[in-house]
Amino acid sequence: MRAAAPIDQAVAVGNDVHWIGAFDPDLRSFDIILRTANGTSYNAYVVRGSEGVAVIDTVKANFSAGFFRRLESVADYDEISTIVLNHLEPDHSGALPELLRRATRATLHVSHQARPMLKGLFDPEEFADRIVSVGTGDVVGLGDRQLEFFNTPYLHWPDTQCTWLASEGMLFSGDFLGCHYCDERLFNDAVGDFRFSFEYYYAHIMRPFRAYVREALELIEPLPIRTIAPAHGPILRDDPQDYVRRYRALSKSGLHNTTAKTLIVFYISAYGATRRMAEAVAAGAEFASGEVGAAGEVRVSLYDIEGSEPQPFVDLIEEADALMFGSPTINGDAVKPVWDLLSSLTMVDVKGKLGAAFGSYGWSGEAVPMIEDRLRRLKLRVPVPGVKARLTPTADEFAACHELGRQTALHLLGRATPRVIDMSALV
Amino acid sequence: MPKANVTFQDIGVTVTVPAGTRLIEVSEKIGAGITYGCREGECCTCLTKVISGHEHLAAPSVLEAQVLKDNLAPRHHRLACQAQILGGDIVVKPA
Repeated sequence: MRAAAPIDQAVAVGNDVHWIGAFDPDLRSFDIILRTANGTSYNAYVVRGSEGVAVIDTVKANFSAGFFRRLESVADYDEISTIVLNHLEPDHSGALPELLRRATRATLHVSHQARPMLKGLFDPEEFADRIVSVGTGDVVGLGDRQLEFFNTPYLHWPDTQCTWLASEGMLFSGDFLGCHYCDERLFNDAVGDFRFSFEYYYAHIMRPFRAYVREALELIEPLPIRTIAPAHGPILRDDPQDYVRRYRALSKSGLHNTTAKTLIVFYISAYGATRRMAEAVAAGAEFASGEVGAAGEVRVSLYDIEGSEPQPFVDLIEEADALMFGSPTINGDAVKPVWDLLSSLTMVDVKGKLGAAFGSYGWSGEAVPMIEDRLRRLKLRVPVPGVKARLTPTADEFAACHELGRQTALHLLGRATPRVIDMSALV
Repeated sequence: MPKANVTFQDIGVTVTVPAGTRLIEVSEKIGAGITYGCREGECCTCLTKVISGHEHLAAPSVLEAQVLKDNLAPRHHRLACQAQILGGDIVVKPA
């Protein structure tokens, strides 16, 4: 078994590169949304060059004391010429203001997107002449070696970037390729089995941004990486490319062999009225697909929300192009299984998909506008107003459902008739 | 009152609106893909590409101009929560 990191001492992770982070074994929940069965680590690093020392990332504020002791074991504050923050979230920036005060010669390097966020951490005026924003291809020299920056936004905040130390083949990847796993043996070939943590972290932190993951991989994959030094979890020195390949696989679309647009109608029904509306909506979408013929095809699916846990539906939704939700109104609200599903969608990217709502009601019918509002706030487009029907839908209301499905599908195929309306007609 | 025609290209809807209306007021009512966060011109969530007719929007305030700059917004992009419609024909879509 490999030795654990010594208390308050930096750990060598490469030639003149040291880990100076912190372990948080007692953490059981991170950012509210993640469970952390054995805690996490906040990784920070020191890179020494012939003409300067760089500190890459810091730690959560209440771990600052240990961070500074580890830093002091390998560098004097006067030697520090460069501070890099790959991500400004508090678990990485907690010791930043104090570090800037102690390392008075150091210049802070952050992404262009991070710069306006700094005012949320400290008064930027205090360090105004010591902040530099950088993008892909920018470098900062340390004498005989240099750090190069890659702008990798939305992994998982707008500000995230990666920093590359070519002389060591070492990528300081921030949260990208990291995981919440606390093990003082530090390296992936020495710690316990953390595969679950790696996958779980991707699913909860990176998956909503998989398009950005793919963009980042385009930058990262060509690099001759020998070590990945993430901001959380084990340092990946044994076959680091395996983890890059895993991200590539995870970020691919799960659907194959189809060029058709996909439209899913979800419904839940107490007495069958909303179910029949859903069938009419689905039929309308199918009809539109037939109307445009070879110009496009819509693959329509119909699901009863009561028939599954949310997670398999979330997987379907990630790949779908249009989502239509049918819910009765009970006590002035859409029903809980609908909200359970709609509150699960922050795990995937739904921005720009088409959305619509429909449903039967007893006397007021709030569910439809409430679902539409939720869809808009999830950044879906909702181009076709929803359909409500009181109790048993009439023939006209079924026709309206059919038209709702048809129009939504036509939007999906880019065949919707442009509409002109006056603002005074909008509620 | 002067009117303007604003086309939301992503959903194929043109809305006739009175001058002085902000883009976000219209887009949220018709379900266009322009979303918003703070509605105070800070978060840049509602960044919008003005495909044509940018001259028919009131010039950005100092605050909006700074936020656009901070977020590296390309030319002819505006914050929908800040951009006031003056008249004429305008075509927009989410950035």
